[in-house]
Amino acid sequence: MEAQLQELKTQALDQIAAASTVKELNDVRVAYLGKKGPITDLLKGMGKLPAEERPKMGALVNVVREEVTTQLEGRMAILEEEAINMKLQSETIDITLPGRPVKTGNSHPLTRVVEEIEDLFISMGYEVAEGPEVEKDYYNFEALNLPKGHPARDMQDSFYITEDILLRTHTSPVQARTMEAKGGEPIKIICPGKVYRRDSDDATHSHQFTQIEGLVIGEDIRMSDLKGTLSVFAKKMFGDDREIRLRPSFFPFTEPSVEMDISCFKCGGSGCNVCKKTGWIEILGAGMVHPNVLEMAGYDSKRLTGFAFGMGPERIAMLKYGVEDIRHFYTNDVRFLSQFQRTEL
Amino acid sequence: MLVSINWLKDYVNTQQLPPAELGEKITRSGIEVDAVIDRSHGMTNIVVGYVESCVKHPEADKLSICQVNIGEETTQIICGAPNIAAGQKVIVARPGAKLPGDIKIKKAKLRGEESRGMICSLQELGIEGKLVPKAYAEGIYVLPEDAETGSDVITNFDLDDTVLELGLTPNRADAMSMLGVAYEVGAILSEEVQLPEISYNEVSDTAASMLTLNVDAPEANPLYVAKVVRNIKVQESPMWLQQRLMAAGVRPHNNVVDVTNYILMEYGQPLHAFDYDALGTGNITVRYAKEGEMITTLDDAERKLSGHHLVITNGEKPVAIAGVMGGANSEVSDSTTTVVIESAYFASGSVRQTSKDHGLRSDASSRYEKGVDPNRVIPAAERAAQLLSELAGGEVLAGSVVFDELNKEEKIVKVSPDFINSRLGMKIAFEDMLDILKRLKFDTQAVNGQLVISVPTRRQDIQIPEDVVEEIARLYGYDEIPATLPEAETTPGGLTPYQAKRRIVRNLMEGAGLLQATTYSLTSEKSAKQFALEETDTTRLLMPMSEERSILRQSLLPHLLESVTYNTARRMDSVALYETGSVFLKGDNELLNEQEHLAVAMTGLWLDNSWQGEKKPVDFFVLKGIVESLADKLGVQLTFERGQMDDLHPGRTAFIMHNGQRIGVMGQLHPSEQKARDLKTTIVMELNLAALLNLESEALVYTPVPRYPSMSRDVALVLSKIVEAATIETVIRNAGGKLLKDVRVFDLYEGDKMEEGKKSVAFSLTYFDPEKTLTDEEVINAHDKVLAALTEVGAELRS
Ligand SMILES: [Zn+2]
Repeated sequence: MEAQLQELKTQALDQIAAASTVKELNDVRVAYLGKKGPITDLLKGMGKLPAEERPKMGALVNVVREEVTTQLEGRMAILEEEAINMKLQSETIDITLPGRPVKTGNSHPLTRVVEEIEDLFISMGYEVAEGPEVEKDYYNFEALNLPKGHPARDMQDSFYITEDILLRTHTSPVQARTMEAKGGEPIKIICPGKVYRRDSDDATHSHQFTQIEGLVIGEDIRMSDLKGTLSVFAKKMFGDDREIRLRPSFFPFTEPSVEMDISCFKCGGSGCNVCKKTGWIEILGAGMVHPNVLEMAGYDSKRLTGFAFGMGPERIAMLKYGVEDIRHFYTNDVRFLSQFQRTEL
Repeated sequence: MLVSINWLKDYVNTQQLPPAELGEKITRSGIEVDAVIDRSHGMTNIVVGYVESCVKHPEADKLSICQVNIGEETTQIICGAPNIAAGQKVIVARPGAKLPGDIKIKKAKLRGEESRGMICSLQELGIEGKLVPKAYAEGIYVLPEDAETGSDVITNFDLDDTVLELGLTPNRADAMSMLGVAYEVGAILSEEVQLPEISYNEVSDTAASMLTLNVDAPEANPLYVAKVVRNIKVQESPMWLQQRLMAAGVRPHNNVVDVTNYILMEYGQPLHAFDYDALGTGNITVRYAKEGEMITTLDDAERKLSGHHLVITNGEKPVAIAGVMGGANSEVSDSTTTVVIESAYFASGSVRQTSKDHGLRSDASSRYEKGVDPNRVIPAAERAAQLLSELAGGEVLAGSVVFDELNKEEKIVKVSPDFINSRLGMKIAFEDMLDILKRLKFDTQAVNGQLVISVPTRRQDIQIPEDVVEEIARLYGYDEIPATLPEAETTPGGLTPYQAKRRIVRNLMEGAGLLQATTYSLTSEKSAKQFALEETDTTRLLMPMSEERSILRQSLLPHLLESVTYNTARRMDSVALYETGSVFLKGDNELLNEQEHLAVAMTGLWLDNSWQGEKKPVDFFVLKGIVESLADKLGVQLTFERGQMDDLHPGRTAFIMHNGQRIGVMGQLHPSEQKARDLKTTIVMELNLAALLNLESEALVYTPVPRYPSMSRDVALVLSKIVEAATIETVIRNAGGKLLKDVRVFDLYEGDKMEEGKKSVAFSLTYFDPEKTLTDEEVINAHDKVLAALTEVGAELRS
């Protein structure tokens, strides 16, 4: 019987080693260790043995069973891992295929520029003021020191609707309205919006465009404050190493009036095609609020002074991104619009 | 304004500054120099030639063979100009010469004949064709007889000159003259200004003996000076004068006209020369025109005058439109022997209106419009008399005929140094201020620490203390101003709720995959009211530039759809755009009712994941979902009502409602509209964003995260096709009681397995009790009530 047991063991171990799948191995388990298997049979047959041989034999059977079980479990672990590996192998995907697109749109480049400027001035304590695009001649011109017949009105050929109503030619009427509404109190505003002028549309002109203007009125506002404010703006908008310079200019609503250039952000000042070899780029117009404008809005120009500045987001976007034709901003070609997706922080 | 530096040197020392450097100084201190133009264009080897003989080329009709003496030698040059002739002094570009446009002159053979050089026109020397005197416009330029053969043309005829092109702002009318620019340059460089020396002989006969003057409109013409010059010989002006005029951008005509133009450029004072004999009456009367009176101006245009147009007449009929343009009937011609020179002060408003009415802007009118210097009117007339006697051999009659009621006094501006420094945020010393004012030639007294300034009449832009602040600052240098920030208390700043919500709307639209577009506000009559949410009249411009841009839009969609078509026409089939912008409605008040709108247009694929085979075209519900998210985000209740609108699909249009008010519309474009716009299925939406953003958002109320599970029950219903899901949902909600938390459509079937006119809609109902775990019994109870209610309204339960 002992010999029979040893042979059984050898057979079982051979079959365990030979099993190549989990199923085959399970068959081996049932065949040798199952309730109807030979080892169980052997145990059942132990009753026929003499009583003194039973414990020895029982122990022997258990040893064989344990060894078969251990071997089987070991083999099972290997086979299961192989099975998993094969399954995983078969599940391999081509990770170079494109991902499922998450469709996102983005702001218009002009909105992008305007919001950037708005946020910059908001952080310096400015509010955003808006006003109508169809304006009274009074707010668009007269309240800004441009009475009827003023030669500077030629600078801005306008779209009139009636003799006294027109499409605003700049966002300055928002300043005039804000001053009137504030009744002599200090002001710190930024005014973005659409404006209109009688220009034929071409690569550099558009009958509709955007402007953003700023106005600060308070006690002892000086021209140096204007320069400092514009310097902060230039650095935040165009880079920390930007320098600014002011050149005399003329606007009817400011005195003195200046234009601001920034050192070229492309060449740094050595001269290139962006700055037309001058090292400087004209960015905006500004000045100290003309006393007539203050007085017209009910301010005491002896007590309160102010500065104002204005710029064109189209020009800024064209310079900043190298956009070559102003009409792109109004054609809405998705190949143009979708380029302004990325944040630049 | 074009400023020849050679000419400028007559009046001010430019310290031999290189032109670009001088230009930069002028720009930095107040007047922008737009361009620095080298008139020599780097030309070399160009000399005066004398044409000794000139014969026809045997082989070519249009060519002449010329023997030209160029000083050292006589050389053969073939010339194609029609006006070439023996005996002329001409401009010769010798072999090796460089001409503008990278042209190099080489020896050449023309039809077998050798040509050593080229005889030049002025155009070939880089002068614009419109500035070349008419006589030489089509051929070579002929130099005066006394030009020295073989001498250098560039230096002898002032072409070694640089022109500064000034971009003048309207306030700097003073710089519309060489003298004005000389004062500016003098102030910048601390140099004195030399005025022209005026001296001439007068004959004993007086101007008054030949001419009488009446001014009937002194307010529009407070000063009129006329001088009479007789026995003049009208001919070509000398070279120096022609060259200066061409450098200034003026075409030379004859010596009389050229003198008036020269003084216009020199003094900024317009002059006009009348042919005395053509005037015919020995009288000049300045008056307003009679209504409908006619005049033919120098440009040969016949013009009808109105009562507010100031005219110069000979006492009978108009001979000039005052300050704008002369009349053809009194024009100086080659046969003129006696001229009347007019120098006058015409009020700027009158000239501006007249020039605008006639669409006529001249060098004269543009100066009058901005205001000429009252103190240069008389000197300019004297200067004209001098030059006519020098250049046209004229005899100047004694004295002038004058009408003068013009105030020529200088304005006094008082300003304190403290005021100047506090406006600038600087500490400029009093002496420095005085020095700057001296450089400007502003007569200044220091009185009790105040600056009391007599402003010369040429600087009419200096009126108030702030103007003086600018003069001081620009000449002191803006670079010297420190950079500070306002010292006033800081304010918080920020966006209004409306503005903040507008940004949220944009973010949501972009998050939903839409690109922001911007379109024009001006549109055509045809598009103005398409898709408008409200019915109001359109608003038209008084003077549109084109019909396409003549009316203010009442809806954003027409232009947005044009943008969609623009893209699909370029093979971009999937387009999803949104825009926020104003529409313009007629309102009750003076201005228009400007309403900010939000519009969306989308076409093509919404979901496009091609390699996984997932493609979903846009449809009504894609856009409806976006609108619903928008309402959720803004915390407002929006509902959708079946609606109709022109050019939208009648079965696929909804009005977007808030509290029973229509605030928007959405739908699919009508197939015929799609076809007209060359579009495939396109879904659009427009809503009154202002109304939406002005609604107060519902407060955010927190409810605890559920601690008990919810239970759901599905119910599939067979309904008549015309029954809307929302109706059934309302029935369910009303019957479900307080345990029913949510109702959702999860399936719709309208296929051929359904009976004709029927559809199957499946709802998923969620029951929930925040207080405890629901029992089956409670749910069955509530659900049975729902089923009963559904049966009652005729919904058939589907097994
Ligand atoms: Zn550069």
